[in-house]
Amino acid sequence: MDDYRQKESRVSSNNQRPEEVVASAVLRYADTAGGLLPLLHDIQGVLGHIPKENVADIARGMGLSRAEVHGVISFYHDFHTEPRGLTTIQVCRAEACQAMGSRELEQHVKESLGVEYGGTTSDGRFTLDPVYCLGNCACSPSIRIGNEVHARVDASRFEELLAEHKTI
Amino acid sequence: MTTRIYIPADTTACALGADSVAVEIAVQSQIRGLDIEVIRNGSRGAFWLEPLIEIEQDGGRIVFGPISRGDATGILEVFSEEGYDGLIQHELCLGSVSDIEWLSRQDRLTFARAGWTDPRQLDDYKLHGGYEGLTRALEMLPADIVETVKSSGLRGRGGAAFPTGIKWQTVLDTDAEQKYVTCNADEGDSGTFADRLLMEADPFQLIEGMTICALAVGATMGYIYLRSEYPRALDTLNHAIASAQGARLLGDDICGSGHSFHIEVRVGAGAYICGEETSMLDSLEGKRGMVRFKPPLPAIEGLFGKPTVVNNVLTLAAVTTVLAQGPEFYQEYGSGRSRGTLTAQLAGNIRRGGLVEVPFGASLRELFEGYGGGTASGRPVRAIQVGGPLGAYVPESQWDTRLDYEAFGEIGAMLGHGGIVVFDDSVDMLEQARFAMEFCAVESCGKCTPCRIGSVRGVELIDRIRESKNSAKQLNQLEDLCETMDSGSLCAMGGLTPMPVRSAVKHFPMDFEYNDQRGVKR
Repeated sequence: MDDYRQKESRVSSNNQRPEEVVASAVLRYADTAGGLLPLLHDIQGVLGHIPKENVADIARGMGLSRAEVHGVISFYHDFHTEPRGLTTIQVCRAEACQAMGSRELEQHVKESLGVEYGGTTSDGRFTLDPVYCLGNCACSPSIRIGNEVHARVDASRFEELLAEHKTI
Repeated sequence: MTTRIYIPADTTACALGADSVAVEIAVQSQIRGLDIEVIRNGSRGAFWLEPLIEIEQDGGRIVFGPISRGDATGILEVFSEEGYDGLIQHELCLGSVSDIEWLSRQDRLTFARAGWTDPRQLDDYKLHGGYEGLTRALEMLPADIVETVKSSGLRGRGGAAFPTGIKWQTVLDTDAEQKYVTCNADEGDSGTFADRLLMEADPFQLIEGMTICALAVGATMGYIYLRSEYPRALDTLNHAIASAQGARLLGDDICGSGHSFHIEVRVGAGAYICGEETSMLDSLEGKRGMVRFKPPLPAIEGLFGKPTVVNNVLTLAAVTTVLAQGPEFYQEYGSGRSRGTLTAQLAGNIRRGGLVEVPFGASLRELFEGYGGGTASGRPVRAIQVGGPLGAYVPESQWDTRLDYEAFGEIGAMLGHGGIVVFDDSVDMLEQARFAMEFCAVESCGKCTPCRIGSVRGVELIDRIRESKNSAKQLNQLEDLCETMDSGSLCAMGGLTPMPVRSAVKHFPMDFEYNDQRGVKR
């Protein structure tokens, strides 16, 4: 867990130049078989997103075309080319959670944060994403805030969690 | 004497507050001057009792659950003042582990160690029978290992139920300088968590299983493709891999045998389709997770074009039991051609949800009533989706079906990875059918048309059925569309999306009739 927490905090306090982040990630993964996904995870872990302007550098460093790198970034839900909120909130939309009221929960979460899926709150704190299963299906509905999964979440529990998170 | 207290570090346990319970116990021990060691074990999978803590006594353990942080304070207070006698009287005390019938009734083979051991301690794993399988395998010829797995009757636990030994045989028989063992840990099906539970509770078992596989087929490199939604599993796996390497049970010259095998964990990036084996291989190669045409089979041309075993977490884990206890032992469990144990996962609207490991052959009803205790909401059960988002919605008339691969196939359903998602009578089956199509549209890799376009048309059609006063025509079109997706898709994603849709239409036709109260009734 420590790795992830560090990544989260690095996003907030990071002032590294994207070019340097990309260069060091390329140095690390250029010779790794199938290294593009770990490289993209690394870059996004530091910068919070993968800037479009750096796609060409990534491609050159990894010996790929820009189209290939763009293709991979756009294929996976986890990768983003635009800046995001400090913390991502994921609401599980899958069946086990639906059976316990997640359709109502997702409506509430959207209204409470004032954003749709993919949107970032006006204060820049949270980005809201859908997720299809967090593997917590015996205690649904589930949400994930940063890297913490929360079980049996209803509207009032969500508000509690949000309040707790804002005080951190 | 130090008293050990076990508190799971499992995702679900922590989602219910286990971390704060652990902190509270540590703090209270300090305050009260108690000699207590907190151990973060894995969960036993009795999630309805989490956070569940266990206090060691005379080699046994006294169990409490579900407990809150406040309860933890109370339990330590009783312990410091009255000792074990007081603990047994505590209202949240469930007795010893064997007193929990929900657990003791199960036949745990793959999950035998879950909850007993500290997933970060290799010695603890060995103490509980770990690495006995590898020890045997190191004394065997590759062909004999493969033969052992074949004769156990073990079939792939990811959902396709392909005989594991036959897959291994193909890789063994294919000559190549480099071969791979890959573990599919992209457990994306809703209602499933068995892979996650195993990786968080007993990660060495997976590593041992992969190592046995590597010896059998002659591979020197292995990858675990783990979904990004499982950060805790990533942490336990990486820790376990480092420990196994440190003890020379993994890496170069394993146990001085001259065999080498390395494992690396690769994290996915939120694409359900990467649970499909060929898509997973493309993703491991650093590409878009596009489904490949078969043939060639991955066993012949897999990762980076080399012969590759692709097995699910539970399959590789089960191999350790097969090797340690012998194929006959494993064969004894099960029904028909489904041998061994089914690791069913009770999920959704269920009172006692969690992991139930029983021999194949129990009925669906025994599981969700006997173990599950009915719905969490207290309302009647209406539909049960078995086998993930691509599995059928099973109506009451089929709840006595035996849980084995063939019996479920016969009723037009599938066991898949063993997820059992219960819905009560407030469920709107038209919405569930629509969601199946919507999910396919979101997660399709886009390579084949029936899946990419068909799913979008499916959503539109179901929307029209919802609005239409006479939907007979659209229902026919929906069936045609399902037929096209079923027979024309490249992989199971498009091919099986019709399964939940058709089962909903067939068994719950009233939900597809016009209803101007729709939206109000829920």
